[in-house]
Amino acid sequence: MEFEAVIGLEVHAQLATESKIFCACSTGFGAPPNENTCPVCTGMPGVLPVLNRKAVEFAIRTAVATSCRVQTRSVFARKNYFYPDLPKAYQISQYELPLAVSGHIDIERNGTTRRVGITRIHLEEDAGKLVHAGAFAGAQTSLADLNRCSVPLMEIVSEPDIRTPEEGGAYLRRLRDILVYLEVCDGNMEEGSFRCDANVSVRPKGQKEFGTKAELKNMNSFRNVEKALEHEIRRQIEVIEDGGAVVQETRLWDADAGVTIPMRGKEEAHDYRYFPDPDLLPLHIDEAWVEELRKTIPELPGEKIARLASRYGVPRYDAELLSSSRLLADFFEASAAAFGGNPKVTANECIQWKEAIVAGRLSPETIAHVVEDRETGTISATASKTLVEAAIGTGKPVRQIRDEKGLTQISDAGALEAIVDKVIAGNPKEVESYRAGKTGLLSFFVGQIMKETRGKANPRMVQEVLKARLG
Amino acid sequence: MAGIPVHEWTLLDAARAIREREVSSRELTRALLERIDRVNPRINAYITVLPEQAMRDAAACDEEIAAGGARGPLHGVPVALKAIFCTKGIRTTCGSRILHDFDPPYDATVTGKIREAGAVLLGKQNMDEFAMGSSTETSWFGPARNPWATDRIPGGSSGGGTDTGGSIRQPASLCGVVGMKPTYGRVSRYGMVAFASSLDQGGPIARTVPDAAAVLGVIAGHDRRDSTSVDVPVPDYLAATGRSVRGMRVGLPREYFADGLDDSVRTAVEKALEALVSLGAESVEISLPHTEYALATYYIIGPAEASSNLARYDGVRYGYRSEGAKGLIEMMSRTRGEGFGAEVKRRIMIGTYALSAGYYEAYYGKAQKVRTLLRRDFQEAFAGVDVILTPTAPTPAFRIGEKVDDPLTMYLSDIYTIPCNLAGIPGISVPCGMSPDGLPIGAQLLGKHFDEEAIFAAAAAIEREIPLPRVAPEEG
Repeated sequence: MEFEAVIGLEVHAQLATESKIFCACSTGFGAPPNENTCPVCTGMPGVLPVLNRKAVEFAIRTAVATSCRVQTRSVFARKNYFYPDLPKAYQISQYELPLAVSGHIDIERNGTTRRVGITRIHLEEDAGKLVHAGAFAGAQTSLADLNRCSVPLMEIVSEPDIRTPEEGGAYLRRLRDILVYLEVCDGNMEEGSFRCDANVSVRPKGQKEFGTKAELKNMNSFRNVEKALEHEIRRQIEVIEDGGAVVQETRLWDADAGVTIPMRGKEEAHDYRYFPDPDLLPLHIDEAWVEELRKTIPELPGEKIARLASRYGVPRYDAELLSSSRLLADFFEASAAAFGGNPKVTANECIQWKEAIVAGRLSPETIAHVVEDRETGTISATASKTLVEAAIGTGKPVRQIRDEKGLTQISDAGALEAIVDKVIAGNPKEVESYRAGKTGLLSFFVGQIMKETRGKANPRMVQEVLKARLG
Repeated sequence: MAGIPVHEWTLLDAARAIREREVSSRELTRALLERIDRVNPRINAYITVLPEQAMRDAAACDEEIAAGGARGPLHGVPVALKAIFCTKGIRTTCGSRILHDFDPPYDATVTGKIREAGAVLLGKQNMDEFAMGSSTETSWFGPARNPWATDRIPGGSSGGGTDTGGSIRQPASLCGVVGMKPTYGRVSRYGMVAFASSLDQGGPIARTVPDAAAVLGVIAGHDRRDSTSVDVPVPDYLAATGRSVRGMRVGLPREYFADGLDDSVRTAVEKALEALVSLGAESVEISLPHTEYALATYYIIGPAEASSNLARYDGVRYGYRSEGAKGLIEMMSRTRGEGFGAEVKRRIMIGTYALSAGYYEAYYGKAQKVRTLLRRDFQEAFAGVDVILTPTAPTPAFRIGEKVDDPLTMYLSDIYTIPCNLAGIPGISVPCGMSPDGLPIGAQLLGKHFDEEAIFAAAAAIEREIPLPRVAPEEG
């Protein structure tokens, strides 16, 4: 029997606000434990939450960018459970009435477009973290670091529209890119500012009903999400083919072992007793605010890829690579504008030097000038690489470096002909042999000319002139 | 003020006397501290007394007066705060073992406003544990006693003054003083230890209506730290206490004068109505048809919110922690088992149940709907009247121990005060008579949202028309 997977993804994105969602504490990463805390985020008696307007703005912009409908009225609820990293013993989260619903993201794969629905986007607060002295199992003491308490999170829940691990990966990367484009999240999966859980089930192809799903957690990279999905789909198919039934449960991805394992106990049996938080009024978002924020939405990755491909004629794959960072794409366009030559060469250079470009250590002129110099034959491909490397982080004009290092090629036909003639005149025996058919000697002559010019002759022109003179 | 002992002065007299240098803040503070020393062992009104700090603050106030300045309308006047208001570095127990040693790292907004107005803090007052009770008998620090009869309860939960279901008005009624619960959102809840967030509201207990008005003027106002506080200008409440009641329409809800109302209370409240009518007010019979559901609604919503609000007391970060537990769950369970008293546990369990999966709609969801109906009752009633007059409590003060083991009967003592919290409207209790046993009786006046002025005017009129002893007779 042929099976098909049904996958839905839940993303928790940490919002890049300066302060926490319900108090004025910093969201800065890496502060000493419990430094970024106050009576409010440590749940002292009597404190009250006050919603961070910026966090709401970020969520609205995300909703607009993913074609969601922003609800005029959304409600913060309390999710009640005891845990030492949760000082109030409840998490404030939007439950029944989320901030936005019914959106989608389009992903392009192999020339076709797939639309993945977005069920909802809502705001909530993060919990703190526990640090255990020694190994978890035998730990004698645990310490709580509440710096992360009340850091704003945005949960984005997809519809179960994803069918393969690759589609899941593509959806996640596109979602991440959108959030980074909007500057609402830094998108760093390893540091946990972009986290993903997955709901996975399988069903015989053609069947309408969903199978029993498992929830996957603990996947901390895009590659891990894909691998975990692959493994889990295979595991579920095997269970069914062996005559068993998939159990509804939460499973953890063990990246080292490459398997998913059932998570034991504590989270399973919770009754969170959600109810609207009486300390926060319902959140009212009017159409005017949404429209105002709509104007701040930049060109998004999907549109950018299409435009770069059509406007500059670069291959779609290159356009995708360029668009993986808004900064890189802008850089590419600035370079292409600074020199009107072949944008494909400019694109290659931008992709090659992505790291330095994104780090802000190269200027668009540098790339434009080396591309132009190569096209005019002023420098060689080797020199081009040397020059860009030398320009990184210096701010020095690349042509100045070129001249200082003397990396200009001799591409002047007259000058080259004179040198060629001189070499021919100085090596009569080799000329004779060449003309007698030992054409392999051509490289000997090229070598002599390079020696004479200390490597600065344009090799392509040297060959042309040599062939003409010896011919 | 010659001849009147300082503890019988009104707040406004004291404030004026200090401003005009008839008396120093130190003299006044010392006299009250001495009285606390003498009386508190008998009535247990204070959990924490702050003699050194109070005298220091009083001295500072006196210096400021000497230098020609007063900080605000309460300059140099000794006051006390209910043990529910956070005071930076000063023990804030909320009447509970679980916070028996808790020193808050911050001041409540009300605490800050009282200090800015120049008041001298005498101490923190006794209260039912987490404000859950109608008698102050559930306090971990022992019951407070009624100064008019020390074998009786002083009402609850205050202390003085927050009000979730009557905790300002009911004790004011039972002790012969004035208690005002403002409109929900009028006074910031920031730094008031939460019991039921959608019902809690801070307010003054004072000797006279003008005193209460003066204090409300100090503590009222929008606070950006409290999202439920409302940005409405604070009027001159003191001026309102001098307003005429001529032409005022006074509503009498028939549901509040039905069975269970003590005859002496009925008679006293009727006297209050006569006083208003004699001044030109008009009496209007009204109906608040959903009143009978108020108590049940309150005992779903209050406990539900409390079950969540009180979950933070887990022994992890502050307050009482049970020693010797072997693991996390055991530590938390034992801490809460030992740290909370019976009434608090009862309400946490009721609230947890009401919010549980499968029961939410039947209990919490339904209670919210009834709450809307109760609110509508008042809206409709206030279309035809300016204020509503009712008894504050169904009986005068009952005896200590009389109802403590019978929660349902105990809950009934808040039956007239609870609807006001559910509707979020302001209410005030003003003395209007004495029982044959010599126990004080209060009348309750309810007003429209943010119309504290109307009930201050009516209450002040009753106060002027019905002279009553201001201070309990000293016991031997």
